[in-house]
Amino acid sequence: MAVRKPPITTREYWAPGHAACAGCGPAIVMRLATKAFSEAMEAKYGDPNAFAIAHATGCMEVVSGVFPYTAWKAPWIHVAFENAGAVASGIDAAWKKLGRKGKILAIGGDGGTADIGIQALSGMLERRHNVVYLMYDNEAYMNTGIQRSSSTPYGAWTTTSPPGKYSIGEDKPKKWVALIAAAHQVPYVATASIGDPYDFYRKMKKAASVDGPAFVQVLAPCVPGWRTPPEKTVELAKLAIETGLWPLFEIENGDFHNIKFQRFPKDGKFKKPIEDYLRLQGRFKHLFKKPESIEELKRQIKEVWRILGKEVELL
Amino acid sequence: MPMRKVMKGNEAAAWAAKLAKPKVVAAFPITPSTLVPEKISEFVADGEMDAEFIKVESEHSAISACVGASAAGVRAFTATASQGLALMHEILFIAAGMRLPIVMAIGNRSLSAPINIWNDWQDTISERDTGWMQFYAENNQEALDLILIAFKVAEDERVLLPAMVGFDAFILTHTVEPVEIPDQEVVDEFLGEYVPKHAYLDPARPITQGALGFPAHYMEARYTVWQAMENARKVIKEVFDEFEKKFGRKYHMIEEYRTEDAEVILLTMGSLAGTLKEFIDKKREEGVKIGAAKMTVYRPFPIEEIRALAKKTKVLAILEKNISFGIGGAVYTDVSRALVNEKEKPIILDFIIGLGGRDVTFEQLEEVVEISKKALEGEKVEEVNWIGLRKEIL
Repeated sequence: MAVRKPPITTREYWAPGHAACAGCGPAIVMRLATKAFSEAMEAKYGDPNAFAIAHATGCMEVVSGVFPYTAWKAPWIHVAFENAGAVASGIDAAWKKLGRKGKILAIGGDGGTADIGIQALSGMLERRHNVVYLMYDNEAYMNTGIQRSSSTPYGAWTTTSPPGKYSIGEDKPKKWVALIAAAHQVPYVATASIGDPYDFYRKMKKAASVDGPAFVQVLAPCVPGWRTPPEKTVELAKLAIETGLWPLFEIENGDFHNIKFQRFPKDGKFKKPIEDYLRLQGRFKHLFKKPESIEELKRQIKEVWRILGKEVELL
Repeated sequence: MPMRKVMKGNEAAAWAAKLAKPKVVAAFPITPSTLVPEKISEFVADGEMDAEFIKVESEHSAISACVGASAAGVRAFTATASQGLALMHEILFIAAGMRLPIVMAIGNRSLSAPINIWNDWQDTISERDTGWMQFYAENNQEALDLILIAFKVAEDERVLLPAMVGFDAFILTHTVEPVEIPDQEVVDEFLGEYVPKHAYLDPARPITQGALGFPAHYMEARYTVWQAMENARKVIKEVFDEFEKKFGRKYHMIEEYRTEDAEVILLTMGSLAGTLKEFIDKKREEGVKIGAAKMTVYRPFPIEEIRALAKKTKVLAILEKNISFGIGGAVYTDVSRALVNEKEKPIILDFIIGLGGRDVTFEQLEEVVEISKKALEGEKVEEVNWIGLRKEIL
């Protein structure tokens, strides 16, 4: 039986000609997210264009808005690194007063979201603004050149978490911002990966459709930051799901007892070894000299699954 | 008919915000301006004010939300002071660079350390280079009036710059005075509804705001802020005139007080001007040829007015509640810039006074006059003087 894929609109808001690297994961995020948004806006308000974007400082902001050019075919604003949540709050308030129907899309990388921007994100979620906050997670500060963020996974090389005689690379577990967002008991929180674009598309549509705030954390591999070939971006994003390293889930209204999972193996056993994912990336190269570090990474990921209510086996 | 009410400076600022009808107010409480958002939230709760009031989680987000709202095309207002204003610092440049006419009320307060909640101007003075216009109120009436004036100037197409209105912590924020509240209809006539001519985050006319400016464009963008600030001089004077016609109160870039035949003029800002006027009356009775001047507008800096003032005196003594470490008071250095190429200029002296809420007394002002007199008589004196220091605890 043929599998019917969900349709993706042909409308474009992320124009070609932006300055992102070849094989850029976040660029795929921008394109898919805005397409999904427009579909949701069309369904909800009868106007596919009924949205505006507030962007945190970061690589996607820089590559898309180099004056006098722009990659955006939607109203778009960039203010600073740490305040996309607050700027979006202001736009939401203004639109309410103007009687303008629509929703705000706030976008930040893991630096602008998990670290410097988390306060403004929390405020925006807590105040129940009509905003979808999209965190594209490439797991380091790629705009300034690959420094670690709190979303950098254990063991990863970055320029500020270099492996060495006394270091394994990044030595702290990854901060899962989706769980922090869900703790705000907002209508909708999800994780996604560009390795499953249809799932990501559906989640962005859902996020844009709910009344009130939503948060989506999407894995988006970075070619220079992960030390990977451009053609491997989507494959890596897929492997992250298939090896169990990247849980795909949805949490509604902060209900941690009823988390919906996607692509979860029925028996809880992930079929591909995480080494398949790690081996493709220069940032994890050094881990293979210390197998215990790979075990530690597995332990941390299993712990995240356990918090999510699932006992899993990782190969 | 305008209504007269006895109120604190903070309430006057809240009333100004109510009369200006901003569509979005975003604020975070900080002493001494906490009552501004409190009063506004009461107005909103009672349906007397039709604004979205965003109870943000920090001053940084307060100004960021105002930037978002203003960029979306509505009138936006906030209030803060001291550390709160310092926390906004980064975004103040952005608001000006993006030419967003946000208005902000400031209960002028010192900066840490040591932490101190009382009055000086270090907070707003530290933001003088952000591209925001700056007004300083002598009393609660001026706090109200200048906020209305600030909106009118900020939103003028020739300007489109944000503005802050300072009124001294506790001396004005918490002190009750009779304030005339203008009629809403007259304010509506004066301000009108804010309708930006540009496309602002409008899905029907999408534009990109806050783009990256390469070296090829950055300087020109900053130059337009410079130009806008230059234009503001003229626009402010026009608005002052219009304000007088509508409300009967006249404002000046620099207001002079008994400067005729003065040998010494004391120049200051804010509530200190009220103290000075009384002091001048006393000194005039004693036969001392002395006058005062109050700077109402600090940015754009009233260069021509300073030059005109300087022609009237032999000593220009600047009294200011701020310090730029390593050079002197900010107003003093600015005044020096205005006069540096003048052929004839008075002796310019700086007096750092009343920091962190220390009372400015007539005794201290006598000290200012003594030093000024010495300079007048050709004696060498310090150019920058700290007045009222408790030397015994140093």
